[in-house]
Amino acid sequence: MSSTVLMTIISLTLLGLLSSVILYFIAQKFQVFEDPRIDEIQAILPAANCGGCGFAGCRNFAEALVKADTMDGLNCPVGGSGTMTAAARILGKEPVPADPMVAVLLCNGTPGNRPRTSKYDGASDCRITHNLYAGETDCAFGCVSHGDCVKVCSFDAMYMDNRTGLPVIIDEKCVACGLCVKACPRKIIELRKKAKKDRKLYVACANKDKGGPARRACKVACIACNKCLNVCEFGAIKIENNLAYIDALKCTFCRKCVSVCPTESILELNFPPPKAKAEVREATVNA
Amino acid sequence: MIKTFPYGGTHPPDNKLTADGKIVYPPLPSSVSIPLLQHAGIPAISVVTKGDKVLTGQLIAKAGGFISANIHSSVSGVVTKIDKVTDSSGYKQESIIIEVTGDEWKDTIDRDPAIRREIILSGEEILNRCLESGIVGLGGAAFPTHVKLKVPAGKKCDLLIINGVECEPYLTSDHRMMLEKGEEIITGILIMMKALNVSRAMIGIENNKPDTIEHLGKLCKEISEITVHPLKVKYPQGGEKQLIKALINREVPSGGLPIDVGVVVQNAGTAFAVYEAVQKNKPLIERVVTITGKSLASPSNYMVRIGTLVSDLIKAAGGLPENTGKIINGGPMMGKAVTTADVPVVKATSGIVILKKEESLRRPVGPCIRCGKCNTVCALKLEPYLLMALTRKDLTERAETERITDCCECGSCSYICPAARPLLDYIRLGKSQVLQMKRERTLEKNKA
Repeated sequence: MSSTVLMTIISLTLLGLLSSVILYFIAQKFQVFEDPRIDEIQAILPAANCGGCGFAGCRNFAEALVKADTMDGLNCPVGGSGTMTAAARILGKEPVPADPMVAVLLCNGTPGNRPRTSKYDGASDCRITHNLYAGETDCAFGCVSHGDCVKVCSFDAMYMDNRTGLPVIIDEKCVACGLCVKACPRKIIELRKKAKKDRKLYVACANKDKGGPARRACKVACIACNKCLNVCEFGAIKIENNLAYIDALKCTFCRKCVSVCPTESILELNFPPPKAKAEVREATVNA
Repeated sequence: MIKTFPYGGTHPPDNKLTADGKIVYPPLPSSVSIPLLQHAGIPAISVVTKGDKVLTGQLIAKAGGFISANIHSSVSGVVTKIDKVTDSSGYKQESIIIEVTGDEWKDTIDRDPAIRREIILSGEEILNRCLESGIVGLGGAAFPTHVKLKVPAGKKCDLLIINGVECEPYLTSDHRMMLEKGEEIITGILIMMKALNVSRAMIGIENNKPDTIEHLGKLCKEISEITVHPLKVKYPQGGEKQLIKALINREVPSGGLPIDVGVVVQNAGTAFAVYEAVQKNKPLIERVVTITGKSLASPSNYMVRIGTLVSDLIKAAGGLPENTGKIINGGPMMGKAVTTADVPVVKATSGIVILKKEESLRRPVGPCIRCGKCNTVCALKLEPYLLMALTRKDLTERAETERITDCCECGSCSYICPAARPLLDYIRLGKSQVLQMKRERTLEKNKA
């Protein structure tokens, strides 16, 4: 009886030792080297897996960072410059600063501006409405108000304003991952360079129709009258497809275009009200 | 036993209110707007400019490619503008607007009502005549007829099927055409048979139209090549694939066309248009449109000039009833509601259905309980609930392997769903995404 136990222990120990030796050599032979820096970088990335960097997830982005020669063109919009500097430190590379961006909606078709001409009672999905027809209003380019962008936003940075029927982007929460840009079937969400104090100046219209039909469909449509183009001193405005576009990189926020726009289609957001500005100036003079 | 297709299908209420209504010629409209895209394929290119005087039947837009069709003026008058006008697609389309000054026809068109039976033109000439006259399929898809009648190299065609099923509820335009223009249609079929070089043609008609079956049967008694086949009433029998299966029990392969099983299917209305083009040199400038609805004062079948506004037709049929919920372009199953009554009748418009408010509302949507009713009604053996779920989750590749592009959009699944789920809406979306993906794939292949 005791010899059976002994034999079992001995044979199993020998078998174990033999297997461990074989496994050791196999592990040496087929070893896959993984840069430990990938794990390090992944640890500092936001782990949102949003795809804003253009890669499938944070792990893939970390791999790409380690593999790349320079950090040019690689940017995590969620983490921003802080994360990218930390990653550069780990890799011993020079960080390439990228402009922080924010999403803006190129439509201001509130019920007051854009009268409803039909009622849609189908499935609540922007893509279906877009495939089906121009939408509840006559504008075939503007927001169809089913909130596909809000549904895909994984940062809670958007909500649907029931009063205007348009999505609202919360600047503080938006990380410019671009998910909403991809989700919008009408392509009316744009990522623009974030300015000081979240100031925004852009043409809130995507209507490519000529002036007449565009204006009939919506009060605040861009009618491509060229007034803003002529008043801009910095060459920041161009007009294509009956639509003005303000280049965020060239714009100096002088706001001359806003005052000449006959349809009020250029939006200025987060600027101090002009009256308050005058008071401030007076106050400083008095002091 | 009366034939029908074996799987799936539904029985929506018939509502053929205008089955006994003779085809009426309404007064000419004061102006017409003729869209440049009325057919499947590439838009036609306008050959007239503002201020031009045009005659009825004169060419105003040339085919923009092989899969495209010529467009002719349906009235005589002056081109007032070429502008974007909302049409039944719900979007603005480039259209030619003509103010009507009279009804002066181009002198090459034979307007004698006497029937010309002998076919002088050769097969090639028939195809050319169809191309010149802008003939497209009048069943709904508006596929250019000259393309369909040309058997591609390497394929064989041994049978022409004439679709006189008209399974859509409410619509009776084909029914009346077959009854009133039977002889012309038979001649049209013989012309198409000559173009296709086939010796056999079958006409499929659902047996809710016994008068038509009897009438065409009598006309075909002398002609042994053409036979009339009554079919059991079941929606969507008018779909090409279902009709082929019902008549000759051949199954069109997934992703294939009827020509893959040696068949060409043409609508009965198309046969009439081909007859007029070939024998009378008359381009496609008018078609029969059923204006119907339970609340309408006098629903009727009208012979309408292309480009006439729907609102003019409704006026002719007794005016728009007060409690109208939706105006549907096409039948209630496959048609699409229009946003305004001022959309023009195009080559593919087979009917206008006016629904009362209470008829038109969608039922509230509930959750899917996997009852499988949509699977049992699908005539193409698809799984609509699955296709909808895949589309909602953006699983486009999986949707492709589940044969989403085979869907003929008949709407039986949405009709039967006890939870009123918008199945077809999502399947249409999924289809367009799969097609988009396929296009991108071929583009990449061409690049590489």
